[in-house]
Amino acid sequence: MWDYIKLAVLGVVVVVAAIAASMARDLPYLIHMLVIMLASAVTLIWLIRRVGEPVPAVNPNEYMDGPIRYGVIATALWGVVGFLVGVVIAFQLAWPQLNFEWAQGYLNFGRLRPLHTSAVIFAFGGNALIASAFYVVQRTSAARLWGGGLAWFVFWGYQLFIVMAATGYVLGSTQGNEYAEPEWLTDLWLTIVWVAFLLVFMGTIIKRREPHIYVANWFYMAFIVTVAMLHLINNLAIPVSVLGSKSVPVWSGVQSAMIQWWYGHNAVGFFLTAGFLGMMYYFIPKQAERPVYSYKLSIMHFWALIFLYIWAGPHHLHYTALPDWAQTLGMTFSIMLWMPSWGGMINGLMTLSGAWDKLRTDPIIRMMVVAVGFYGMATFEGPMMSIKAVNSLSHYTDWTIGHVHSGALGWNGMITFGMLYYLVPKLWQRQGLYSLRLVSWHFWLATIGIVLYAASMWVTGIMEGLMWREVDAQGFLVNSFADTVAAKFPMYVVRGLGGTLFLLGAIIMCYNLWKTVTSTAERSPARAGSAVPAE
Amino acid sequence: MGLLDHHKKIETHATLLLVLSFLVVTIGGIVQIVPLFYLDNTIEKVEGMRPYSPLEIKGREIYLREGCYVCHSQMIRPMRDEVERYGHYSLAAESMYDHPFQWGSKRTGPDLARLGGRYSDDWHVQHMMDPRAVVPESIMPSYGFMMDRVLTREHAEHVRDIMRVYRVLGHPYTDEMMENAISDFFAQVDEFGDPVADRYPGAQQRNFDGQPQLTEMDAIIAYMQMLGTLVDFETFVPVANR
Repeated sequence: MWDYIKLAVLGVVVVVAAIAASMARDLPYLIHMLVIMLASAVTLIWLIRRVGEPVPAVNPNEYMDGPIRYGVIATALWGVVGFLVGVVIAFQLAWPQLNFEWAQGYLNFGRLRPLHTSAVIFAFGGNALIASAFYVVQRTSAARLWGGGLAWFVFWGYQLFIVMAATGYVLGSTQGNEYAEPEWLTDLWLTIVWVAFLLVFMGTIIKRREPHIYVANWFYMAFIVTVAMLHLINNLAIPVSVLGSKSVPVWSGVQSAMIQWWYGHNAVGFFLTAGFLGMMYYFIPKQAERPVYSYKLSIMHFWALIFLYIWAGPHHLHYTALPDWAQTLGMTFSIMLWMPSWGGMINGLMTLSGAWDKLRTDPIIRMMVVAVGFYGMATFEGPMMSIKAVNSLSHYTDWTIGHVHSGALGWNGMITFGMLYYLVPKLWQRQGLYSLRLVSWHFWLATIGIVLYAASMWVTGIMEGLMWREVDAQGFLVNSFADTVAAKFPMYVVRGLGGTLFLLGAIIMCYNLWKTVTSTAERSPARAGSAVPAE
Repeated sequence: MGLLDHHKKIETHATLLLVLSFLVVTIGGIVQIVPLFYLDNTIEKVEGMRPYSPLEIKGREIYLREGCYVCHSQMIRPMRDEVERYGHYSLAAESMYDHPFQWGSKRTGPDLARLGGRYSDDWHVQHMMDPRAVVPESIMPSYGFMMDRVLTREHAEHVRDIMRVYRVLGHPYTDEMMENAISDFFAQVDEFGDPVADRYPGAQQRNFDGQPQLTEMDAIIAYMQMLGTLVDFETFVPVANR
């Protein structure tokens, strides 16, 4: 019966999408409808072929690792795509000729930049978060994922969201809010997928066989629920037509600015921090084979972190037309945020107490430790840059870009790489990785890449900030804006090189993981995959 | 650490943990966002602000579509060098009709909040066709294709539909403005057409790109030429308590 309902719904979606496509008022909408039609048609055919087939019995005591394996592949794949687009746009800034004439209006910097940010944050980071959340919540709850096939829906639904967002960017469908560019249709779809994600996660926790909810899950939970809130409120919009991609966001002007950066900064705070801290709290203790350093510290820094982060948004709006009281609140809370952030860093680093020697022999733990190190640096730099006096120099400059990347490449990238190296042998029942030497190569390429990136952006950022404000003895501005652009060229090349090294490392990782799955010895399947209480 | 011992109650109860974390993350937003909707001094009272004309809306749509905001800010901060370089610092009132705001976060290119009237239409056409022809150091992509994209009645209707939504959201578009939306869209590039400025004070009306037909280039230049020109700063008195 359930199968037939699904078939009927999918059939209706195919037809409705086809009709909507034929009546589309603009190109992005047409493409999106075709994508939806295709996706539901493929699902429909796949379902029809299975109707009446005997359903393989599911062992409820076995972990559900299928969506996680796919999630791992998607993470690596989107990672490479996102880094590649990043390298391309980095070089576009050094050599504008790379905005090719033949691709004008499609592959210009302005269209590729949202593609890059979304690919790395939402596609690479999002898949890493979903896959690791599904893995961690099962292991620490000793329970199979709740909801049957719902986890598969979350995985494929999220990929559909990514494809819709990405095609939208290239075709110029955007709301014009940074990191919240997708239009109403894509936003609605993400909302559905996200609710399913929350259901699977909460359902699994509720049926757990461990009395306590493990600390990693607190962070995942806060991340999922907060992102839902941010996404809904920042993306409230009225579609201009149900047959067009365009909508008008309901917020305008100063309120729109405040809400956007409340969203934007907490995309950092919850997507890229809380969620990834969840990752840290599971994978570092596992890889180091040591318990988490301090239970009390994790309680305190969890509540302090989620409470304080949400206030930090206005530091993106210092000295703007946002009222002063809001700016001051934003600055104050951003500085306070330094403490719980470092609470997390200390808890992660000190987990290695008694296992520091592993840094010499295990490149995976080295990667994770460097990730936490970058987390600490970025969460010190952030509060510093949120001080109004510092921000008056750093705002609008490349310094901000450097800051974001030392967090994103250093913290999010490295901890994800560590997680992938940990997970792949486990998920595919392999004895170990194909090559630790290649992991070491990846580690050094990525680290040197990040250092080049961050250093060059410090130089250009501070330089251009100082050049903009430089006045001569008569009180006239010394530099035209164009002067500052020209001065940045060498550093833009260095930045591009840094990004290239980072990309190269990721490609080496993909090769290594591929070889791990295809050409290393299998692990004895004694307890592989069966639900045992949290280790 | 007596207090922390009670944490067991929370961390053994999934729903409680979810509800408490949610409550904790709502507070900051409520305190920072809600007052902006009712505090009187959030948006200054100024003379001259008006909603966008139909062609300006189209220009703004293009501005969003091409992602101009990723490299250009529209927010002049009240520092000496910025006021010197770009003009009077930006007011909250100046973006009150912007859904969403376009203050930006990065100046890969210069601020555009007061771009209007700074360069000639010709300069803009040249610059959009080939930025390095007029600013050798520029790293901006070219947007020459806008010269070839002709705007038709269909585009005008789309803009009118956007105006309908703006009206729902409280923009003061009158019935007269709505009725004339489509004709105003085309009239703004015709110097001898029905004066658009009657309905949109300060609207500039001329052939912006020098071509006989109405193109995206006309729209984007119409938008750029009005940026930051509306507020009458002679009547503006800053409020100290803001």
